[in-house]
Amino acid sequence: MPENLVEIKELHKSFGDNHVLRGIDFKVAQGEVVCVIGPSGSGKSTLLRCVNLLEVPSSGTVLVAGEDLTDPDGNIDAARRHIGMVFQSFNLFPHHTAISNCMLAQQTVLKRGKKDARKVAAENLDRVGLTDKHDAYPAKLSGGQQQRVAIARALSMEPNLMLFDEPTSALDPELVGEVLTVMRRLAEEGMTMLVVTHEMAFAREVADRVVFMDGGVIVEQGTPDEVIGNPQEARTKEFLRRVLDPTHVNPS
Amino acid sequence: MSTPTKVAARRPLSPRKRAQRIRAVQYAVLIAIVVIAIFAADWKQIGEVFFKPDLIKTTITQGLGRALLNTIVYTAGAFVFGLVVGTVLAVMRLSEIGPYRWIATAYIEFFRGLPALIVFLMFSLMPLAFPTLRIPYDPYGTVWLALGIVASAYMAETIRGGIQAVHKGQAEAARSLGMTSGQAMRKVILPQAFRTMLPPLTNELILLVKDSSLVYIIGLAATQAELTKYGRDLSVQYANMTPLVVAGAAYLIITLPLSVVVRRMEASAGKAR
Repeated sequence: MPENLVEIKELHKSFGDNHVLRGIDFKVAQGEVVCVIGPSGSGKSTLLRCVNLLEVPSSGTVLVAGEDLTDPDGNIDAARRHIGMVFQSFNLFPHHTAISNCMLAQQTVLKRGKKDARKVAAENLDRVGLTDKHDAYPAKLSGGQQQRVAIARALSMEPNLMLFDEPTSALDPELVGEVLTVMRRLAEEGMTMLVVTHEMAFAREVADRVVFMDGGVIVEQGTPDEVIGNPQEARTKEFLRRVLDPTHVNPS
Repeated sequence: MSTPTKVAARRPLSPRKRAQRIRAVQYAVLIAIVVIAIFAADWKQIGEVFFKPDLIKTTITQGLGRALLNTIVYTAGAFVFGLVVGTVLAVMRLSEIGPYRWIATAYIEFFRGLPALIVFLMFSLMPLAFPTLRIPYDPYGTVWLALGIVASAYMAETIRGGIQAVHKGQAEAARSLGMTSGQAMRKVILPQAFRTMLPPLTNELILLVKDSSLVYIIGLAATQAELTKYGRDLSVQYANMTPLVVAGAAYLIITLPLSVVVRRMEASAGKAR
């Protein structure tokens, strides 16, 4: 049994009166690919953002690689170096070229020299299939290309965990595939991944485990075949019916 | 009951005809004013007082260049001072630490609410109040400080707006890569903020060029005079407006190109969106 890279205990998060996460216990093993699915507002993005403390939990603990990130005396900046994050809206730095997007944090955070940083950045851009776009600014790239640069940027920090927050939700349908292909390849290389997604096909084929969330709790989890293929809970069934067969949803 | 012919007679003007008539009246009034001005004004006297040729020559040759240079040096120094202090104030205002916010807010509100002239008058009296106080690079240091303090208060608000206009995801992306909040501010947020702030900051620079005319209050020697003091001294000496007109034209040499630059930047920023 591989050790747990992520371990979340009794996690609660509220925004004012809005109790978004209501006690989450959750583990991700080294090398595991976990997809989190669920309706919007179910708290899945908040859960993901709590893993690198972009949202500060109201209570509970978040352990990554054995280190308690919720410890007020811990060094969250140091911990985040090894946790890559990919956002729905890409969030590339618009004033930097693709390669320089991938170099900036290497130089400022890891204190790598320019030459080394450029080498690592170039390797990762090649890895996501953007060999010919090193010097392009984000505004000149398609959404799919931008998201692949964002993945390369995160990979350039050599993370041991990658978080994906609905990475294809802002993309035109024909550009979704190129991003999912890169992610699938990453999974096959053994990267530990936590993916919030609406792409059921991706979850089904790539995930080791699928987690269904609703109302701030984990309703059901298991292998893709169990959760997507043969859901046990009524809420999971209802959600999957709406997602997989959207033309036969009862509007009420 | 009115007959059809009466209705036709009373038919109102079409909007187009109405607009034509109104415009005709406007042009008539305008032409009348110009004609009256041309015939009523004493052109000889006006030329003599405002545009006396030999005095134009005297004003230009006697030291206009140095006065222009002084204006530019005063303005540039104050702009750099204002930019640095304004950025610090803007970051303080957005800080999570209460006292930083309070100090920055107090400074900004105080110096924005005060007439710049009062600040300059205070600086002019500084040597009396604090005989031992020496501000380095006199008079440049004093001018930069006085002008820069006022400018920084205005620029801080512009810069704060620029920082807030940068999408929140930029800071999140920077932090998720392990940058500290300071690194994220310096490397990611401020470079983008300054890009959007370039037009408003250039406007601040134009205002600053003109505000630099107030620094003669501080008390400057002849060689330190900027354009306004230079023109004013000559105007008083010759009892003639011409030197002030020339000095005014010299301001336009600085400000008009800056205005064009701002308009260009705004146009290209509009295209980029």
